[in-house]
Amino acid sequence: MTKARIVVTLKNGVLDPQGKAIQGALGHLGFEGVGEVRQGKVFDIELAGEDPAEAERRLADMCDKLLANTVIENYSITVE
Amino acid sequence: MNTTVVLLPGLNRDRDMIAALKTITGKAPATVWQTETALPKSDLVVIPGGFSFGDYLRAGAIAARSPVMRAVAEAAAKGVPVLGVCNGFQILCEAGLLPGALMRNTTLRFVCREVKLEVVNARTRFSSGYANGQVIRCPVAHHDGNYFADETTLQQLIDGDQIVFRYAEATNPNGAINDIAGIVNAAGNVLGMMPHPENLIEPEHGGTDGRAIFESALGMAGRIAA
Repeated sequence: MTKARIVVTLKNGVLDPQGKAIQGALGHLGFEGVGEVRQGKVFDIELAGEDPAEAERRLADMCDKLLANTVIENYSITVE
Repeated sequence: MNTTVVLLPGLNRDRDMIAALKTITGKAPATVWQTETALPKSDLVVIPGGFSFGDYLRAGAIAARSPVMRAVAEAAAKGVPVLGVCNGFQILCEAGLLPGALMRNTTLRFVCREVKLEVVNARTRFSSGYANGQVIRCPVAHHDGNYFADETTLQQLIDGDQIVFRYAEATNPNGAINDIAGIVNAAGNVLGMMPHPENLIEPEHGGTDGRAIFESALGMAGRIAA
C-alpha cells in the first residue's frame, strides 16, 4: 500500500475570489499583515503497490484526467 | 425532428429543457441516463442545467467523466449538434469538448436574474435565427459561470469567431473574461452557454428570445416568425 498526498492550486494569474474573501475575513478577525490568500484542494489517496515511481506516474495521470482542471489548476504529488 | 436530453443526478433544469424541446419540435425528446453508453439518433443533443453530482470536485467535473459523455463526444465528433446550458456548459468544458473553464462567480454569489446577451456571431448553426449584434434577453441562474481561458485560447476563440454570445449592456453577472456567455467549438457544432434560453421560448414566459437557438440548431430558423 502506498499513501500519497496531492495538492491542487490555482495557476498564477487565475483570479481566486474565494481566496480574496478569506483574506478579507482574516483581516476582519484582526490578523495583521496577511498578504494574498489562494485557496486549493488536498487529496489523500491510498494506492495498491509499493513502487513510488509507479504510484507517482499513476497519480499524475489521475490529476490530468480528473483531480485537477489543468486549464486553471496546477498540482503537486507527494508519495509517502 | 429527434432531440435527446442527457440526464444526470443533480440536474434540475431537465424538465424545463424537455418541455421547451417538446414545444418547439412537437415531439418529446428522448432521454438518456448517465450510465448509458449510446445515444438514440438525434438532430440535437442537449445537456441541461443544474448541479450534477452536487458540483463535487468542480462544477461538471464528475458528470464529464460519466459513461454517457463518451457517447456525447462521439456524436459531437460526427457533427451532431450538441448544446450545453449552464451545468451543461460546465460539463462540456470539463469534458474537453469546449475550451476554457467555468469558475466561481467573482461576486461569490449565486446569481438568478435576467441579463442581456449580444449575438456576437449569428453565422453559427445555433445562432442563425438571430442577427449579428442583436441584443436579446435571457435569464441566468448559476454560482460558477465565470468563464476563463488563457490568453492563447481566448485569442483562438476570437480569431475563430467562436464567441457566440456576450453579456451586453453591463449585465455580466459573473466576471466572465471578455463578457463571454456562450461559445462554440472550432467545428461549430457544440455550443455551451451559461444563460437559460429554454426559459424564454413561449409568450407565457414573458418573451421568446431564446427560441431561435433551438430553431437554428434544428434548421427551423426562418420558418417560424421570430
